[in-house]
This record gives sequence, C-alpha cells and structure tokens, in this order.
Amino acid sequence: MNINARGLHFKDLNAQVRAAAARDIVIDNCLGQRYIGSGLAGKNLVINGLPGNALGAYLDGSQIKVYGNTQEATGDTMNEGEIVIYGDAGDATGYAMRGGRIFVQGNSGYRTGIHMKEYQDKIPVVVIGGRVGSFLGEYQAGGVIVVLGIGQSGQLPVGYFTGTGMHGGKIFLRTDFEPEGLPPQVICREATAEDKQQILGYVQDFCAYFGGEPQQLLAPKFYVLLPNTKNPYKQLYVNN
Amino acid sequence: MSVDFFYPEYEIVRDQNRCISCRVCERQCANCVHAFDEASGKMYADDSKCVNCHRCVSLCPTRALKIVKSGNTFKTNSNWTNDYMKEIYRQANSGGVLLSSMGNPADFPVYWDKILINASQVTNPSIDPLREPMETRTFLGKKPAKIERDCDGNIITKMEPNLELALPVLFGGMSYGAISYNAHASLAQAAKACGTFYNTGEGGLHKDFYQYGANTIVQVASGRFGVYKDYLNAGAAIEIKIGQGAKPGIGGHLPGLKIVGDISQTRMIPQGTDAISPAPHHDIYSIEDLHQLVYSLKEATDYQKPIIVKIAAVHNVAAIASGVARSGADIIAIDGFRGGTGAAPTRIRDNVGIPIELALASVDQRLRDEGIRGNISVICGGSIRNSTDVVKAIALGADAVYIATAALLAMGCHLCRSCHTGNCNWGIATQKPELVKRLNPEIATQRLINLLNAWEHEITEIMGGMGINSIEALRGNRLMLRGIGLTEKELEILGIKHAGE
Repeated sequence: MNINARGLHFKDLNAQVRAAAARDIVIDNCLGQRYIGSGLAGKNLVINGLPGNALGAYLDGSQIKVYGNTQEATGDTMNEGEIVIYGDAGDATGYAMRGGRIFVQGNSGYRTGIHMKEYQDKIPVVVIGGRVGSFLGEYQAGGVIVVLGIGQSGQLPVGYFTGTGMHGGKIFLRTDFEPEGLPPQVICREATAEDKQQILGYVQDFCAYFGGEPQQLLAPKFYVLLPNTKNPYKQLYVNN
Repeated sequence: MSVDFFYPEYEIVRDQNRCISCRVCERQCANCVHAFDEASGKMYADDSKCVNCHRCVSLCPTRALKIVKSGNTFKTNSNWTNDYMKEIYRQANSGGVLLSSMGNPADFPVYWDKILINASQVTNPSIDPLREPMETRTFLGKKPAKIERDCDGNIITKMEPNLELALPVLFGGMSYGAISYNAHASLAQAAKACGTFYNTGEGGLHKDFYQYGANTIVQVASGRFGVYKDYLNAGAAIEIKIGQGAKPGIGGHLPGLKIVGDISQTRMIPQGTDAISPAPHHDIYSIEDLHQLVYSLKEATDYQKPIIVKIAAVHNVAAIASGVARSGADIIAIDGFRGGTGAAPTRIRDNVGIPIELALASVDQRLRDEGIRGNISVICGGSIRNSTDVVKAIALGADAVYIATAALLAMGCHLCRSCHTGNCNWGIATQKPELVKRLNPEIATQRLINLLNAWEHEITEIMGGMGINSIEALRGNRLMLRGIGLTEKELEILGIKHAGE
C-alpha cells in the first residue's frame, strides 16, 4: 500500500503504518516525520523523501529502504532488520544497535555506530559508503562497522576520536592512512586477506544495493581497529 | 607495605563462655572472617576481613557474638579524619578510584528530620482511619488541564496513560546484576500483592519476571542493555534513566566478572564483557533530544505506557525538571544525593548532588509557577526511610516516592555498604548461587508486604490526625509542615513556615 505523507503529523503517519495490514508499504513525500518504523516487525517499508529523526528505532525485523537522506539516530537500539539508505545518514546512526544491518550509500555523521553491541547470533553491521564524522564506534561493545571511503582517494574517511572506550567488535576503514590519536585500548593494524573475507558478504550486499564491484572495493588497503580488552576498566578502582 | 595495614575498623567480640564452636559463623561468612582452630577447639576471627554485615551475629545460636567499633585511631584530627587518611593510603597503594556502595553516609543535614507535621485540634476534627474510609490511591501521569466535551456535549474521558497505585510508594530501580534473582523475585511479587510497581533498573528483565509486567517499570539507560521491543512492551511504564542520586553525571561499569549466566542473557551482552553505561545517552544532548527519546518509546509502545524520566537532584534541578515536563514525559523521578547504589566512586557519592527535600520543593514550586504541574507527576527518592518521610514528601509536592534502600533493609540488608564486593552474606547484592539461596523469596516478599502495610497504616493515621481523608488533599499541602531549627533561606526553599509561626 501507499501512504502519502505530505502534511501528515508523525503520529498519524506512524499510526497508519502500524495499522496497515499490507506487508509492503510505500511512504511518499516524506518530509521530516520522526520515529517511522519504531519497533516495527515483519514489514517492508520504502520511504521516498526525507524521514526525520529516530527512523527505525528499536526496529525488530523489518526492511526499510530510504530513497533520500536520513536524519539523526537512524536505527537507534535496533534489534533486527535492515535499513538501506540511498543517500547520507545523520549523526548517531546505529546508536546502541544490537542486531540487524544498516547500509548507507553516502556519508554518515558524528557518533556513528556508537555503543553497538552483539549478543549470541545477533551481530549488528553498519556499512558506510563514504566517510563519517568524529567519535565513530565510541564505546563499541560488539558488531562490525565498515567505512568504505568511496571517493575519498584513500584519505582517512573518519574524523577524530575513533573507537574511544571501544571494548568489543571491529571497525574496518578503507584508507591508505592509519588513524592517529587512537586510545590505548584500541589495536590498529592493516587488514589481512582473512579480515577482508569476513566483510566480503557485507560489501557484496552493499554493491547489490548501490552498485560497484566487491572485489575491486576490497582490493585497496584497509585498516582494522580492535579492542585489546573487553574489560577496559578492570584496574581502575580500589575498594573503599 | 606496612603503611597499607589498617587496624580493623570493627572488632568481633566472642563470648567464649557462650560459644559452642558450632561453626555456623564460619559457614555463614563469605568474607572468611571466622575459623575453627582444631588444636584449641576454639573459634577465632580475623577482624580485618569483617564488613560488619551482622550475618554471624544474627545466626549465632548462643548469642555469643557482637561487633563493636574498634577503639584504634590515628591521632585525632578534625581536618584529616581517619577516613580521609586511609583513603590516601589506599590510593597511594593502588592508584585507583575509591569505590563505595549504598547511599552517602556523610554528616549532611537530613531535612526530613527538621520538618514537623501538623494535627487537628478542636476546630477541624481529626479522623479515625480505623472507622472511616481513607483514600491513598494515587495516579501517576499527565492530568487533563481542562474538561473537554465532544460535539454532543458529553465529557471526553479518554486520558493519557496513568499508573494506578494503591499507596504512593514504589520500589526504586535496582538491576538484576546489582541485586540477585531472589531479590528481584521478591520485589516483583510484593509489588503485585501491594498494587504498586517495582523497577528493573538498567539490567533488562529476566524472562521469569515477564509475568509481573503489569507491576513492572522497565528502565532504558544509556547502555540500552536488554532493551528491545518485547521488553519495552512488557512493563506498565518505561523509565528513561538520565541520572542517579548516588552518582549524578557519571555512567556505570558492571565488571565483566559479574556478566555471567542469566545476567548476560537479560542484558543481552556476551559473558565476561564489561557492561559500560556511558555518562550521557549519546542521543540526548538537549531537552529536544530527550523529547525525541520519549516519543520514540511512545511510538514503539503505541502510546500505551507512561514514560518516566529519572534525574539526579542537582543544583539546577528545577530548571531541568521544567524542561523534562515539556519533553512529553508523563512522570519525572528525582533522586536525592542520599540515594543508594551497588557501586559508585566514593568522591562522587559523597559530594555531588543535593538533598531530595530541597530539590523536591523547588521542582514542585517551579512547575506550579510555570503552570505545568499537571503536565507531569513527580516521584521522589533518595532517601525515604519511613512513613513520615513519605507524608512530608507528599506534602512538599511529590505524587509518590521510590523506596529502594528501605526495601533492601526489609529483605535483610544490614547496610554494610559492601555491595560492590559481590559477597553479600544476606543473598541480596550478590550473584553467587550459594549466597543467593540464603534469601528466601517467599519470606522476603512477605516482609516487603508487611513493610508497606505498616506504612499504609501509619500514613492513614497521620492523615487522619490532620483531618485529611485523601492523599490528594495532602499533596503539595505545605501548610501541614513546619520547619524546626532551619534558616530563613532553607524555609524559603522548602516553602514552609517555622514551627510556632
């Protein structure tokens, strides 16, 4: 079914999405409506336009395709499902997500993938085509973040303070340069063929959505960021 | 190094005439204080390991044990107290941040104890609650500002979601992880029996406790542990935890050592990984952002659940509460600086935040001044110790109170303030199976029910004494309070007169 979002308040739009019996829903003329697909399960949502903040928050197993950019906190605390963005994503994309996947064709803002975590078979994945802002993967506790840096000519595709407080998961950066000023608990090394094999599937899916050749994208130099401990604060305290 | 040796703060005194060397104390102490000496056939104690939790004292069958404060002291100094000196030694030895548990024990004023309650004499008769109905039922959530009618002139009765409490007392947030499975089970069952609510804290909700959902408040904190759609929908309300009275402004770290078994499952993180709650929610940097989290939760739960925002009582609490009241939240919970914790840096616990009495009074006044008091209900906590604290809190403007330390005490806690060691001999603040099983959930549930029943009797008695038969008529009724020994400024902030006025 199609919903024309022009002039609709987010409450009315989201109520229509929740009430819809159809599995496939297309939202046209979306302009800033927040919380679309909050906690949504078992639907395929196509959004034409610009969804507002917290798109797909607590998403519990739906696919959301956005033909346009997204704003802040896309996929906040997402548990399962997939968000595909044919454009750029705002700040705090994938905040605290525990499962599911987010693919962004263009760039993503500050604090992307912050406090992502994984649990048993749930391993969240964020793949960014372009570059991201500062604080990428801050407090990361699990999951995989891939920044492909397409169009960056090998320049570093991240801002400052990448991986601060990181204690789980992995960050892949497609770049010729190792990021500087990483915190002491983060190990940074050049990606091996084995590392690249781990993200091959994600890059293939990225290319399936947005075009491109997976092997070609994986050919240049990648750096991998990993925590060297899952207990970064073990020695911090003394019993009083 | 010898400088790091401290003579024990407490000494175990054993009456050898009474001791029968039955070794109960030895078996009961997880800190391994007591030992039996085969050669002499006598029991001995290593006082240096004692946390003064009174487990051995309580269980000694011959009353042979008592614990007394040690007379040992450094040279008396009002500035460099014994505690400050020891803390220096501890930090010089370890380089660590001092870690403590439970609420701020320091000697700050307790305003509850400087407030007195009114009673009727002659002109406005008091009421006997044993013979006349007294209403303590409380609704938490947004209240309609005006009566609205539909086109036929009928009153529109559709209300925003509210929590209904039989008594204005709820159990405050304590996570599964900070406290044990049996402690959670007891709180859940007692909340159900008493028509009130318990609060999951930020540790997620164990699958066994989904059955108590109608009496559960589920918490969403910055770490978002265990937060997913079923969890959000499981409870009667959702609490966004911004801050905690014991440690305002900082996050939390549950060490990986404690992330085992069920704790890992309910938090939905792998075993052995530190559970780090960042200091802020990184999607909330403003009131507008808070509004966003409030509404994303309302959307995820189809506007069926009231949203609580819990903040610590800090200097600008009134202005912050005003912002929270405009964020779309239904209830604000304010936690005073004496609120408890399973672990907090000592310096922060003992120095950051303000007393709940002052915070509550200034928040209630501010919300009234701005004409938005009906937008939001106010819960206060940290620390409410008895039924008169509840009465005074309601009269200062609270809709209800959170109790947590009081609930732990009811279950058997002796406030030894060692929760962070994980060796709770009373089976409350521990995950060790052999200790957890010491807390019998049936008994603990009954003790919690007893406590709330006793408080209800006392509250209705005090209300009756004031000639008030409904808790609504007490709410914000500061004329029922008088200060004793308070300065003009304190009275002004509390909005009460001095005794005799």
